[in-house]
Amino acid sequence: MSEQNMNLTIKVWRQKDTQARGTFETIKLSGISPDMSFLEMLDVMNEQLMKEGKEGFSFDHDCREGICGMCSLVINGLPHGPDNLITTCQLHMRKFKDGDTIVVEPWRSAAFPVIRDCAVDRSAFDRIIQAGGFVSISTGNAPPASTLPVPKIDSDRAFDAAACIGCGACVAACKNASAMLFVSAKVSHLSYLPQGKPEKQKRVLAMVEQMDKEGFGNCTNLYECEAACPKGISVEFIAKMNREYMCATALYAEKVYSTDA
Amino acid sequence: MKLESNIPGGPIAEKWTRHKFELKLVNPANKRKFTIIVVGTGLAGASAAASLGELGYNVKSFCIQDSPRRAHSIAAQGGINAAHNYPNDGDSVYRLFYDTVKGGDFRAREANVHRLAECSNLIIDHCVAQGVPFGREYGGLLDNRSFGGAQVSRTFYARGQTGQQLLLGAYQSMMRQVAKGSVKMFPRREMLDLVLVGGKARGIVVRNLITGELECHEADAVCLATGGYGNVFYLSTNAKGSNVGAAWRAHKKGALFANPCYTQIHPTCIPVTGDHQSKLTLMSESLRNDGRVWVPRQSGDPRKPSDIPEAERYYYLEEKYPSFGNLVPRDVASRNAKRVCDDGLGVGTSKRAVYLDFADSIKRIGETVVSAKYGNLFQMYEKITDENPYKTPMRIYPASHYTMGGLWVDYNLQSNIPGLFVLGEANFSDHGANRLGASALMQGLADGYFVIPYTIGGYFAGTKLEKVDSSQVEFVNATKESKAVIDRLLSINGKKTVTEFHRELGHITWENVGMGRNKQGLEKAISAIPSLREEFWKNVKVLGGNGSFNQNLENAMRVADFLEFGELLARDALYREESCGGHFREEHQTPDNEAKRDDEKFCHVAAWEWKGDNKAHELSKENLEFESVHLMTRSYK
Repeated sequence: MSEQNMNLTIKVWRQKDTQARGTFETIKLSGISPDMSFLEMLDVMNEQLMKEGKEGFSFDHDCREGICGMCSLVINGLPHGPDNLITTCQLHMRKFKDGDTIVVEPWRSAAFPVIRDCAVDRSAFDRIIQAGGFVSISTGNAPPASTLPVPKIDSDRAFDAAACIGCGACVAACKNASAMLFVSAKVSHLSYLPQGKPEKQKRVLAMVEQMDKEGFGNCTNLYECEAACPKGISVEFIAKMNREYMCATALYAEKVYSTDA
Repeated sequence: MKLESNIPGGPIAEKWTRHKFELKLVNPANKRKFTIIVVGTGLAGASAAASLGELGYNVKSFCIQDSPRRAHSIAAQGGINAAHNYPNDGDSVYRLFYDTVKGGDFRAREANVHRLAECSNLIIDHCVAQGVPFGREYGGLLDNRSFGGAQVSRTFYARGQTGQQLLLGAYQSMMRQVAKGSVKMFPRREMLDLVLVGGKARGIVVRNLITGELECHEADAVCLATGGYGNVFYLSTNAKGSNVGAAWRAHKKGALFANPCYTQIHPTCIPVTGDHQSKLTLMSESLRNDGRVWVPRQSGDPRKPSDIPEAERYYYLEEKYPSFGNLVPRDVASRNAKRVCDDGLGVGTSKRAVYLDFADSIKRIGETVVSAKYGNLFQMYEKITDENPYKTPMRIYPASHYTMGGLWVDYNLQSNIPGLFVLGEANFSDHGANRLGASALMQGLADGYFVIPYTIGGYFAGTKLEKVDSSQVEFVNATKESKAVIDRLLSINGKKTVTEFHRELGHITWENVGMGRNKQGLEKAISAIPSLREEFWKNVKVLGGNGSFNQNLENAMRVADFLEFGELLARDALYREESCGGHFREEHQTPDNEAKRDDEKFCHVAAWEWKGDNKAHELSKENLEFESVHLMTRSYK
């Protein structure tokens, strides 16, 4: 439980809107409890700013329990900050010490334009899912759930990939701003399962094409994405996606592009 | 107002089948002529948008988050119920129906609950087909676990992330429709008003949260799937953005609000650590499968939990409820936790916590198996508390989690305003006074995938709808009114922040309208909330302007709604002179402290009508008839 409260210097990225030039603002905070979450520390900071008549610092957050994928801060150079397998909202102040300076920045990627301060637009991810990140099943069409056994090993592997929360830390961590970990997680989740197999070639081609269109970079195997991922999504899925992409390009591209969505 | 529930005739098991046949149809070529607005993209909203899009309707979907995938359904952990009876342990549609009616303490509408149980199996089938990676056995077939309030294992799960996986399934189906053009997505939009034309719901006014622009959207019907109002307590397991706004604005346009006092306080949450606390985190009820709840028998026992011998531990749930043990329903578990803490037996620095202990399970099945089942929850716990639950028992305490009350709807999920449908947690209908675990996901998806696609067609086929346009006076006035509220908030420039007001409101509601309620406390809340509201409108500080991304302003509008809603919550709790499910009036309890219903006076839905600012709400009642499951006292002993 709580030890001594801390005094901190916070340098936050302030940017009025997408077009404006951003800059760092330095704010001094005192009496921060080590039991606070990082976002609660920012709440305290915002209360202090507002009391001084200054507009609060904008950042995205919602569930505050590490699952919605909304929170998105680069803290001291690390997406989701200095702890493993967590999102920003699960980071606690006990990871810092009295007198620290903490630098807070947004996800930086051309595909994620800044909306204000550290809130960014990640709709590119939605458009990649729209390109093919689904099983084409309409309500009412489903066969009984028990008709198709799925080997536990495949089902578990699919789950490991499906655990992606779409936060975009992988993009923020990558020097190329590549979204390969995100895209490969969805491609793998669905292609490990029999329900997703019929569309797997078409899916991987369409999703990769959209990913490129959105302006994400390529993977150069540095694995920063895996290190930053709050859900521990493995870069093995990128390898899987690359294999699937190659097979699909070689064997199915023509067929896929001639069929209707 | 006379409330027509429109429950179809016939035996309970045939009502839905018969009703589906009797509902008029819209032919496929005509569907594209209808536009439907769906507000909210959680399980209910996303599944509705996807299914209605698949049918060929034009759907406009709205959410406050940056992406529809982030709605708070995503945080549901434990599972989803269905009556497939795969474990061969005696489950059936009828038993799921029975357990849900009983679990709801006989305050739900029987016909709705039966339909929910009927839809449950279709949901599992559909979600598996979408690629939801449910937990499986080594043979490749689906696994089940147990949950509170049931003696069969009927809960399907995807590790501790069931809500996430189900929501991603619905989200992906919706994205498929976005690509096809049948669903148009409007993220980062907040509904500010419902627009009625000729008495029918014909559109909404939303604020674009990025630009601040107020937009009008016309439609032939509006579906609200905007979740619950648990954040009226300030601290809750809901997301920070969860709010009552859309439902409350619809209420102020005439939609009745039913049973607001039915709030669920979830027994297993991580306790509060200090004043800085911004939200509470749930530890899934599924943990009660393998965890044992206890407190030391001796008040203020200073020993470490592991040093307290078996005989000096009070396993209060196991002792008081031998047949259900740690798996009693949530309301019962929460009240008992409060009671042992009130008796001075609580643990931790705050003394407002009890132990949830996994030592026996780890001994029995091993740490690896426990970790495979609950690993993500244990990790979450450790990150927040800095304690390792594999080594030392978790400390838990109840927190506001779910709200059973909501906008009143008939059997078709239509509110008393024609063309306004309400889905999922936002409506009041299926859980009565207490929701059983793993039933929220079931209801959200049943409403969206399998109910609204039928009932909305019946509405269109039987209703004459004139063309509307956002230049009409109704839209113009609604926009003007919303603009006026925003301008007023921005012009106050007082001294207290929005969060300070919200925290004060939460203090009032949690202390007086929380787990235990009595006349004196409720009257206190009813006088304190309006004064706080008055102060808010004089002294709140909202900075920045309307023409940009302004989270302070968004929050101010949400808290303003809670300051009105909180009063109705307390008034409904005062009106209901009985205890049932999550509504526990201390004046009405049995000698052994269980909830005591009054079926003679209160076997009805209390639906409240807005009559104007600072005017008393008007009450309408819908009597509840129990033809299949006979009224009895709930017992889990």
